[in-house]
Formats: sequence, C-alpha cells, structure tokens
Amino acid sequence: MDIKPTSPTSPPPQDQPPLAVDKAGSTGTAARPGDRIFLAFSRGSGIALLVVMAAIAIFLTVRATRALTKNEGSFLTTFEWAANGAHPNFGIAVLLYGTVVSAVIAMVIAVPVAIGIALFISHYAPRPLASTIGYLIDLLAAVPSIVYGLWGALFLVPHLEGLYKWFDDYLGWTGIFEYNDGTPRSLFTIGILLAIMILPTVTSVSREVFLQVPKMHEEAALALGATRWEVIRMSVLPFGRSGIISASMLGLGRALGETMAVATVLSTSFDIQPSLLDSGGGTIAQNIASGFKEATDVEGSVGRDALIASGLVLFVLTLIVNGAARMIIARRKEYSGANA
Amino acid sequence: MSNITVNKSADPASAPQLSTLRQARLPWWGPAAPLALALIIGCGGGALIGLESKIQWGLISAILFVVFTYLLTLKVEGRRQAKNQLATSLVWVCFLLAVIPLASLVYETVDRGSTVLDGYFLGHSMDGTQRMLAGGGVYHALIGTLEQVAIATLIAVPIGLLTAIYLVEYGRGKLAKTVTFFVDVMTGIPSIVAGLFILSLWIIMLDFSYSGFAGAMALAILMMPVVVRSTEEMLKLVPNELREASLALGVPKWRTIIKVVLPTAIGGITTGVMLAVARIAGESAPIVLLVFGNPAINNNPFEDAQSSLPYYIYEQWQNGNEPSYDRAWAAALVLIAFVMILNLVARGIARWKAPKTGR
Amino acid sequence: MAKRIDVSGLTAYYGSHMAIEDISMTVEPRSVTAFIGPSGCGKSTFLRTLNRMHEVTPGGRVEGKVLLDDENLYGSGVDPVSVRRTIGMVFQRPNPFPTMSIFDNVAAGLRLNGSYRKNELSDVVEKSLKGANLWNEVKDRLNKPGSGLSGGQQQRLCIARAIAVEPQVLLMDEPCSALDPISTLAIEDLVGELKERFTIVIVTHNMQQAARVSDRTAFFNLSAVGQPGKLIELDDTERIFANPSVQATEDYISGRFG
Repeated sequence: MDIKPTSPTSPPPQDQPPLAVDKAGSTGTAARPGDRIFLAFSRGSGIALLVVMAAIAIFLTVRATRALTKNEGSFLTTFEWAANGAHPNFGIAVLLYGTVVSAVIAMVIAVPVAIGIALFISHYAPRPLASTIGYLIDLLAAVPSIVYGLWGALFLVPHLEGLYKWFDDYLGWTGIFEYNDGTPRSLFTIGILLAIMILPTVTSVSREVFLQVPKMHEEAALALGATRWEVIRMSVLPFGRSGIISASMLGLGRALGETMAVATVLSTSFDIQPSLLDSGGGTIAQNIASGFKEATDVEGSVGRDALIASGLVLFVLTLIVNGAARMIIARRKEYSGANA
Repeated sequence: MSNITVNKSADPASAPQLSTLRQARLPWWGPAAPLALALIIGCGGGALIGLESKIQWGLISAILFVVFTYLLTLKVEGRRQAKNQLATSLVWVCFLLAVIPLASLVYETVDRGSTVLDGYFLGHSMDGTQRMLAGGGVYHALIGTLEQVAIATLIAVPIGLLTAIYLVEYGRGKLAKTVTFFVDVMTGIPSIVAGLFILSLWIIMLDFSYSGFAGAMALAILMMPVVVRSTEEMLKLVPNELREASLALGVPKWRTIIKVVLPTAIGGITTGVMLAVARIAGESAPIVLLVFGNPAINNNPFEDAQSSLPYYIYEQWQNGNEPSYDRAWAAALVLIAFVMILNLVARGIARWKAPKTGR
Repeated sequence: MAKRIDVSGLTAYYGSHMAIEDISMTVEPRSVTAFIGPSGCGKSTFLRTLNRMHEVTPGGRVEGKVLLDDENLYGSGVDPVSVRRTIGMVFQRPNPFPTMSIFDNVAAGLRLNGSYRKNELSDVVEKSLKGANLWNEVKDRLNKPGSGLSGGQQQRLCIARAIAVEPQVLLMDEPCSALDPISTLAIEDLVGELKERFTIVIVTHNMQQAARVSDRTAFFNLSAVGQPGKLIELDDTERIFANPSVQATEDYISGRFG
C-alpha cells in the first residue's frame, strides 16, 4: 500500500558497510571518468578528515613543546599559572584536578537522574506526556552552553548558598563538604551546573536505547510474574547497558571540555581546596578562555603556547575517555547477544 | 495499565480459595497521601526552621516522599511490591528534579530577556555605548554569528556529505574503518581544542589576523563529524533495491548516487545539517580565541575581529552590572530562539520527509 | 496442580477497537486445548487475556470474567503479577533473556519469588530442563548464554523457564511457528508429556498440529475484516476435524477459506 520510494523493503545490512551493490560499481576496472572523479572526491573528503585530526595533534604538540621547554616550573606539579612573563612558571595540576573532579561530580549526579528520566519516558509516563517530554528534552539538549553559564552565575549560584550551609552543618565533618561562607562559586557548583547541562544529552541517548528493547524480552519477564521494576531490571537495563555507558561517556566528554559555562560561574584560584564547596579551583578549558586575552597582550611570551599545552592535555584526556567507552561497548557486544 | 474494567468479585461462597491471586493493594490515594505529607513536612518544616533555600525544601520533600511510599507499600503489599514502588517513586522524583532547573532556565531567560529586547536592540551595535549604561544592541553580534555559521556550514557540509557517501557507498577496507573511527573520535573533541588548533595553525604559524573566518574554520571542525554521522545514518536507510534498480538500467554509479540515493535521503540529511548548525551557532569557546570580539559592526568576516551572539553574552556578563546583565539575557533569548527555530524546522522536515520505517 | 479455566462473556479491546467479543468457554484441567482460526481472528488476543498479558499492550482493555477454579482473574484485588506467575506463557518467537546464561534463564522466575539456596535452585533447574527435554543437550554448558542455542532449543529453554515456577496453566502462543519441522516435532512431543501435569492452551496456525497434540479444539472466526473475532465452536478435537457442527468450521478445516 505504501509505495513511497523510501519504504525500506530491505535496508542494507547495518553492520557490514560494503553494500552488495558496491561489487557492481566501485572497483570495476573500466570505471567511467565520472565514477572515478566522484570516488576521488568522496575518498578525498574522508582523507581530509583524517588530515585534520592528525594536524590537530601535530600542531598542538609543536606549540606545546615550545612552551614546555621554556617553562621554569614543572608542568605536572607546579601550582601556578604565570606563563606570560619573562620567566614562565606554570603547571597543570590544579586545572587537571578541577577538570576531573567537576566532571566526576557531574557524572555522579547526572547519570542516575538521566537514567531515571529516560525510564520515566520509556516505561512510566502516560503516553502523550511521554512523547512531549522526550521532545522537550531533545530541545533542551540544544540550549547553548553560554546560556547555561549565564543562568548558573545569575540564578543558580545565589540559590545554592543555603544548601551549602546545610551540607556544612551535617556533612562538614567529612572535610570535603566544609563550607566557609562566601559565594558558592566552587567546583561542586560547577559539577551541579555541568550535571544539568549534560542531563538532556544522557537522557535522550538512554531513552533511545530503552525504547529499542525488544517487546518480547519484556514480555518474557512479565509472563514470569515480574513487577514493572523487575521487568526493567531483568530485560531493560541489561539490554541497555552498553547504551547507558556510551551515553554517559558522551556526557563525560562534554563535561570535561565545557568551557564557557565554567568560565562564567567559577571564581578561579590556583590552589586545590580540600573542600569541594569552597570557591576556587579551575578547569583546563575555563583557564584557556579566561587567560587568553591576557596571554596575547605580552609580546614574545609563551602565554598562548602554555595554554595550548594545557589544551593538549585536555585533548588527550577526551581521547582516552572516548577510547575507553568504545572498548567497553565492543566488549559488551560479544556477550549481550543483541542479535537474538 | 490501570484501565481494566474491574468486575465485582466472584460470589462470597468461594472466598476461602481466593488467597493465591489476591494481594492486599493500596487504595487509590496510595501515592497521593505520602506526597501531600512529604510536601507539608518539607515546605512547612523548611519554612519553620528557616532553611533559606527552596532547593532544600524540595530535597527534603522528595526524600520523605520516597521513604513514605516505600514504607506504606511495604506494610500493605509486601517486599516485592515495595521495591517496585520504590523504583516508581524514584523515577518520578528524578523527573521532577530535572524538570525544575530546566524549566527555571527557560523561564529566567524569557522573563529577564524580554525586558530590553526590542527593535532597537536588534538593530544596533554596542559601538559608542557606555558599558555601564543601558542602551546598545546586538546587531553586530547577530551579523557575526550568521556569517561565521554560514561559512562553517559551507566548509563542513560538502566534506561531511562526501565522507558519508564514501563510507556508505564505497567504503570498505582499512581506510573506511580508520575514517569511521576518527569520525567518532572527532565527535568528542572539545570545542576549545578545535579553537586552539586553528589558533596555532592560522594565527600563530601563518600569522593571519583574528577574524570571523578563523572562528568559522574551528566551527567547521566541530560540525563535520556531526554531519558525517547523521548523513551516514540516512544513507543507510535507503533500500538497496533502489540502487540495484538504477544500476540495472545502466546508470553509472555516481549518477545513481546523485539522482537516486541522495534525493531519497535528502529530508533526513537536511535535518542532520540543521541540527549541526544549531549546535555550532551556540559555540562560544572558539570565538573567544579566534574572533576576539568587537563592539562595532564588521561586515567582513575575512578581516579583523567580529563578535557573535554567544561571545556577546559572555562579554556582557563580564561587565558585571545590571544594564549589561539585561543585555546578556536578551541576547541569550535571541540565541535560544534562533537555535530553537532551527531545531523545530529541522524536526518538522524530519517528520514530513521521514522514510516510513516506523521506529 | 492443574486448574480449570472458565471464561464467561469476555470481550477485549485495543483502545476503542473491539478485538474479540463475548467469548465463553471452559478449558479442562490436564488436557491440551488448541485454538485455531484464520489470521486476525483474535485467538492470540484471547490467549493473552487468560493471564492478563493483554492489558500491557497500550490501550488494551478487558471486560468479562475468567475463572481459574472459581477465582476471577479480573476480580477486584487480584494482582496481575500473581496471575502471570500462576499462569505461565510461551511466546511465538523464543525469547530467552539474552544477557543471562542458560541456568539463570531457567532460574529467573524462581529468583523473583524469593531466595533459594544454591543447590535447591540447581535441583529445580535440572528438573525443569529435564521436563523440557533439554537437559541432555545443555547440561555441559549451563553457564553459556541462552541466545547461543538453536531456535528449537531456545524455545524448549523458554518452556523450561515457564514450568520452573510450577504454574497451574501453560499458555502457548504459536510456539512452533518460528521453528523447523524437527524442532516442531520435539515441542509437540513435549506438549504431550506436559499435559500430565499442566492445563495447556495452545494457539496454532497449523491444523495438523492441532489434530496431533490437542484433546479439544476451539475454532475462532471473524465475520469481516475490522469486526471482532468470535468463538465459533469448541469440541473434542476428533469431532471438530471429523464432523464439526458448524458449516464455517468445516469450510475452514477443509481449506475452503482462510
């Protein structure tokens, strides 16, 4: 009945990229000039992409090396960022700590909540409500980070003070939840803001996976007399595990590299605070954005190169996170029997 | 699941046997009573003790709600049902917890942004406006954003499209695998790193000036993998029969791709491109490094500093006074509106042109 | 162990669409009852109303009574979860939990209903796998994922999973339609053995299968597309196939339509 040309009577096999048709065309030795030109262009684009990636790594490394050779402090352990003068002295430790800690806080808050919302949309909410919420969440994922930053600085920060005092009263003894009055422009605030920012992304990817759980697996659990939660635990979560991991990694990558929202909210200081609630600290991306203007003003300094060196560290960090996610997913695939 | 027509139970004579299937169940007010109780204690108690932040009130109520429903179900229905109820309450609480900040974000932006947003604001730049005073506008930033995004799109879309075609229609062997892998890696590059790359190549090594074009190149790097991914997905949805039918007619492969495959997938590809545009339009980090900001109108993206909407918001926020905050919120509202319209149109196209796969 | 099912005046809906109308019948304990009829006549829907699985489909709604030994499944206060635990189900396509091993698949239902000691659990698993004629094929690889078995073995695994919780009734929704003839035969033999212990209801498209395995056969039909399905007649299988009392049944069985 549906004679739209797009009705996929047989979509090409997804996990075997070379389509059957390819044999007919691409490698034919007597390819037409049109074919050859077209292939050259499309293959060229693919190669261009690889060149860009390689260039990013090479150029960052070259500039970073220049800065590191002139650095009079130790790049790994110096708790200072004074790269603009004649005697540059800077280290990544504080920034790396801030980047990792704020991203981890964001993950700890965002991932469980995101899974909750995703389950809410896929399995709990009444139908019309569910699709509306799903749609809104997708839209929220598109809100620019600077807007989150503005909201964080002008709305969230003033509202967190009471909460932090409360944390201090009950959890202050742990040391990490100590709060000495001041504006709460701290790593924990950044963590909360980043959590709110990555929430839509993690939610929409997880929801997508939960909705793909084959009906028959859920019915298998239902027919054994499982409650709704047991159905989710037995068939939805195991099926969606690799999807949740990749969604989380996506969120983690975004949290690690987030620049402007952090630059807007955090009040920077170059030391590692024992308490997460006290203002101070910094992240790599934030330091690049806030320190950039100053670094360009000084002739002949290594200021910009030093920032590039820190950017290289961030680059490597995100590569590791993405690589790890990919490996976890690949390993899970063997056992998940997603083909069943 | 609750829309079952419940019949009156079987006659009382058979009552003794009814034990196996029956379960004590919570009455209809099951979750409502704990909710009300939790809200009263959370908010009332919060107000009484004088907790400053409403966030605390909410958190207390949420925790109490979860605990109350759990205990009530445990008492009435038993352990398994209580666990089930616990999960249900938690999922609802998650949903509410997330909705509040996100709704507040939208509300604040619209509420505070609309105070100075008018024709004057959209039609004037900040040139000659005192930072501390009201006035000025966003015109220069709007021009900057439009030009930078347009250039980035012109660079990224052809490369992204062709790469996706290569991967789906020709791709096999090592090169295709490598490209696929690095497209994934590239998706995860933080925007500031893309900015640093263009900075070291274009501005430090090749000694060009800060310009809208430099920013656009960094944006293009961020846009490319997104375009490749979405286009790839769409091309894979094109049924193989169509390609075979065209090839069987003796149409060369490249014409098959251009005349049959691309037109079939064009709706989805457009959607993907528009979503990618919406994403880079909000990027501010590369702009800080490469476009540098400019309070005046600069229509030439290839020479000298420009501004852009996200950068403008950051700049106004840094000024740190009320008139600037008003301008920042107004610009945020303009930016969100721009991004949302792109999103809505893109999704509209997707729905209208969607291959009827049913998902 | 096995219980009788008495259905009276049962009507099921998908949203506002009436799928089956006013069905009444009795299913005898320790026997196999087969449901036959053309596609779309509602026999699977009816089967799913017998363990309250119909209502998990969006818009699914049921009116009428289903008595399991005098206890109404749709009575107030009845927990659908306990109903499904008491009345097991096997589906059209084998659906073992893909992330669980063979052992865990069989033990899944037991673990839901309380804690068992390790050896207690393995006893039940062994008994159920033997009951499903699968033990000899899998006893050496109980820790391998269930999705690694062949289609027929997977289906028998699902039967083992269903009988492990000792249900009163076993519902089978076209259990052989995705299987090859040899696996089909194995399942049919198994059904013959299981009816000693359970009340079995089986939906099938294959009339020979109904004739081979069932004691009683119910024929469902619908007057036109879009109309609700109805029970035409229910009788001993031999009579249905040799000498049905309704003309439509005879037409269907002799291949004149459907």
